[in-house]
Amino acid sequence: MKAPRPSQSLRRRLLIQLLGVAAVLSALIYFGVRAIAEQAAEATQDNILGASATTIAEELGAQDGEIVVDIPYAAFSMLGAINAERVFYRIETDAETLTGYDDLPLPAIAPSLLAPVYYTINYRGVGLRVVALQRLVTVQDRPVVVTIIVGQTRNGHAAITSRVANLAASLGIGFFILAGLLNWVATERALGPVRRVALAVGRRGPADLSPLRQPMPRELAPLSTALNDFMARLRAALTRTETFIAEAAHHVRTPLATVRSQAEIALRLAETEDSRRALRAVIRAVEESGRSAGQLLDHAMVTFRSEHLEPAEVDLSEMLSHALRALTPSADIKDVTLQVSPLDTPAKVLGDQLLIESAIRNMLDNAIKYTPADSTVTISLGQVGGSHVLEICDQGRGLAGADLAALSIRFERGNNVADVVGSGLGLTIIQEVATSHGGSFTLAQMTEGVCAKLSLPCYVPA
Amino acid sequence: MRKIILAMLCACLGGGAWGYEIQAQRLFSAGDGAPVLRIISTGDLELFAPLIIAFQAQNPNISIDYTVASSGALYAAIAEEGATFDVALSSAMDLQTKLANDGFALTQISTNTAALPDWARWADRIFAFTQEPAVVLISRAGIGDLPVPQTRQDLIALLRDNPELFMGRVGTYDLRLSGLGYLFATQDARQSDAYWRLAEVMGSLSPRLYCCSSDMINDIASGELLVAYNVIGSYADARQEPSDSVIYLIDYTHVMLRTALIPASAPNPDLGGLFVDFLIGPQGRAEIRSQTGLPPIDGAALAEFSHFRPIPMGAGLLVYLDQLKHRAFLDEWIAAMVQPEN
Amino acid sequence: MRFLLVEDSKTLAQSVADRLAMDGHAIDLAASLAEAEDCLAVASYDLILLDIMLPDGDGRDFLTRQRAALRETPVIVMTARSAVSDRVHMLDNGADDYITKPFDFAELEARCRAVLRRRGGSATNIRTFADIEFDMLGATLTVNGQAQQLRNREFRLFEILIASPDRVFSKAHLADRLFSFTEDASDNAIEVYVGRLRKKLEGSRVIIETLRGVGYRLTAQ
Repeated sequence: MKAPRPSQSLRRRLLIQLLGVAAVLSALIYFGVRAIAEQAAEATQDNILGASATTIAEELGAQDGEIVVDIPYAAFSMLGAINAERVFYRIETDAETLTGYDDLPLPAIAPSLLAPVYYTINYRGVGLRVVALQRLVTVQDRPVVVTIIVGQTRNGHAAITSRVANLAASLGIGFFILAGLLNWVATERALGPVRRVALAVGRRGPADLSPLRQPMPRELAPLSTALNDFMARLRAALTRTETFIAEAAHHVRTPLATVRSQAEIALRLAETEDSRRALRAVIRAVEESGRSAGQLLDHAMVTFRSEHLEPAEVDLSEMLSHALRALTPSADIKDVTLQVSPLDTPAKVLGDQLLIESAIRNMLDNAIKYTPADSTVTISLGQVGGSHVLEICDQGRGLAGADLAALSIRFERGNNVADVVGSGLGLTIIQEVATSHGGSFTLAQMTEGVCAKLSLPCYVPA
Repeated sequence: MRKIILAMLCACLGGGAWGYEIQAQRLFSAGDGAPVLRIISTGDLELFAPLIIAFQAQNPNISIDYTVASSGALYAAIAEEGATFDVALSSAMDLQTKLANDGFALTQISTNTAALPDWARWADRIFAFTQEPAVVLISRAGIGDLPVPQTRQDLIALLRDNPELFMGRVGTYDLRLSGLGYLFATQDARQSDAYWRLAEVMGSLSPRLYCCSSDMINDIASGELLVAYNVIGSYADARQEPSDSVIYLIDYTHVMLRTALIPASAPNPDLGGLFVDFLIGPQGRAEIRSQTGLPPIDGAALAEFSHFRPIPMGAGLLVYLDQLKHRAFLDEWIAAMVQPEN
Repeated sequence: MRFLLVEDSKTLAQSVADRLAMDGHAIDLAASLAEAEDCLAVASYDLILLDIMLPDGDGRDFLTRQRAALRETPVIVMTARSAVSDRVHMLDNGADDYITKPFDFAELEARCRAVLRRRGGSATNIRTFADIEFDMLGATLTVNGQAQQLRNREFRLFEILIASPDRVFSKAHLADRLFSFTEDASDNAIEVYVGRLRKKLEGSRVIIETLRGVGYRLTAQ
């Protein structure tokens, strides 16, 4: 039966979703780190720029009614100490530009005497980061506000930015990989219970329809309930099938019993040899039907049960005792002696009790059927290697060279048992029981008769 | 800023005229139809011609037009005139830095530029190809037994103690004319306060002021000058002046880095890049040494002498070009050097 | 023996009853558990033949009730089922034995005898004739105080003969009754068993006469 194609794997969905989250977080880390680092870098660069402007501001003075400024060497040499930055500056009052690049743009918001203003502009085709600060200079007892603007190119900033971007990218990727690994681990662990439940169900024997008692996560409880319901229904269906087989038996055999009784009565009252012969034939036919019906039903049961084996501990010697007790009367009728070696030690095997008992009964029944009247059937139960071996030897006519396999094929009968009632099903049944229990069944021709040997693996409780 | 440069130009030309003055020019032709590499340089034609020829030997299909101008003129040509040169070579590191800073230079990135040490380049736009110390030239014959100064203190003492000997026979750059001179002077002022004392001492001796090192070397050689301060030492070596007349003062000796840049207005920037790469590459360095006698970029050679101090490249060089600062410095220099007696 | 046959199939019940009657047994028929209870209330039986599937209930429940009420009449269950478990459970429920339909009557008698033997016999099962004692349950023949165990066929042959002394039974008739219908009954076989019986009767007045061409008869001298 082909398994239905599974829709999206749970694990894959979980993984993809978790990876999606990880990707989002990685991206956030990337952008976050970049933004923070760039801000910090800009702040640092701004500080240097501010320091440069400040050193210039320190050199402001008034001389002869004019504002003078002696730009210190350090003011420009400190800029671009790390990267060669181009420098632009402008020192101006309201009235005029005192010195510097007179087209260097002023900030949109004027700085105050207390705080400088930082701004970014495009000037002469390059981006500049500019600081503007104000100082008060007293010229001839009048205060004059001087604005000092210093700007530099952003190569240093760009260099830091790209380095930070790489770092942030590495962090982001590293985080993503790590998150991916952790996600994978977490997913495996989360799905562990599901897998365990699946394994537990899978490990059950084919006939194990007991409810699931495996502890499982709450989310799987509805599944477990549904599964148990399903198994209950299956159990019911199986029981119905077994019941049906039993019912069928009843409805076939009861009429046969009627026919046989009547035939026997008629035979008793028969006066002519012809009638007697006819009636004997009837009785024989009924017996054969009954046997066939019995064995068919037996076989159906064996097949059914073999497919749904419920192994339990079975004591072969106990089974043998039951079978002997059940069949001793049939042996007595033929004056067949059942010679049994003592059955005091238990011989434990792992298997289906009904199937094994059925096989033993069939073996015994077969021996009693094929051995002549007044003969002996020897029965022994022993241990050989790791198996228990039941051997039943009769003094019957033997197999005439046919081998076991051929006999076992349904309805095949050996050609020297033509007048012995019974289909070949008995041997098939025993063979199937032996196979399904991991044992073996052999028929061997001995000098005096046939020996049937059933061997089943010993059961050693763990 | 522009006003200053223009003023310098005017002074150089001795009159008011637009445009820049060319001091010399030569075309090294590679034949008709060959592309022309246009170079403007402060370096003497005679000094650099062998180098040009060496380059042309490497690149026989390129014609080279070599124009000589003063550092101020070179700056004006590039910054104001937008003159179409593919390479600008100048000893005025500050003016070159300003050109690069103000956006008049193109970037050049190659294996050779990457191989240059950090102190020999700036912003991927300026590349140094020589390291030339500023020296004191002395006429040994002229000073006789007087002690040869080793430090500026020595020099100050020498001059102050022998005013009659040195009167009118000391010389240095005229900062109003020479960009390199201004650079050397401002670096001196930064480096040590001995400079201003030296300036005052020199100023009291009716100093001769020159536009160029070569003139100072000539006058020392002829004996007219006994002491020349801040001469380009490699010129003196190239001209094979007697080595004992070249004094590397041991308190410090500034080393000027001659730099190349590719102007933004270059008609053939690829050719310019080719020439720059040649200059700073290993082969170029060998040619510079052998053909011109100028010392190529060599960190080890600098490190050998602890008093050799290369002028640091960077935005700091812009400070003294600030108009207020420039005016203030010049005023002070004039007050010191150009004393009322002159 | 007195049987109670509990079987709902009327045709089968009548046939079995008729057949058993031929051997000299007395049969009461009950077609349901309720009827069976009625019969048991008024009479006592040597043996109950109980069918499992009855219209008013499962024969096993009836059995359980019987045993619970301490009614000790032996029960042989007639079953059409194949399931060994059914057979086993029947024994657990208190049945003495079981036999599957359609059954061999000789087997049924053998089982009845075995059951009764196990339960302990009553005096009515010992038949005396002339100077011998014949224990029908124990299958022993006591001659001059010596009890001899008879084997199955010997016993059945003697039982037939002693049931009607001085009556002549033909070989064919005896063969019918002694051998199963699947066996090849040779003419000699009867002779063999008669021979064995004669041996065991030695020392008593009882003999088995051979009437050539007619048959055998048991008689006392």
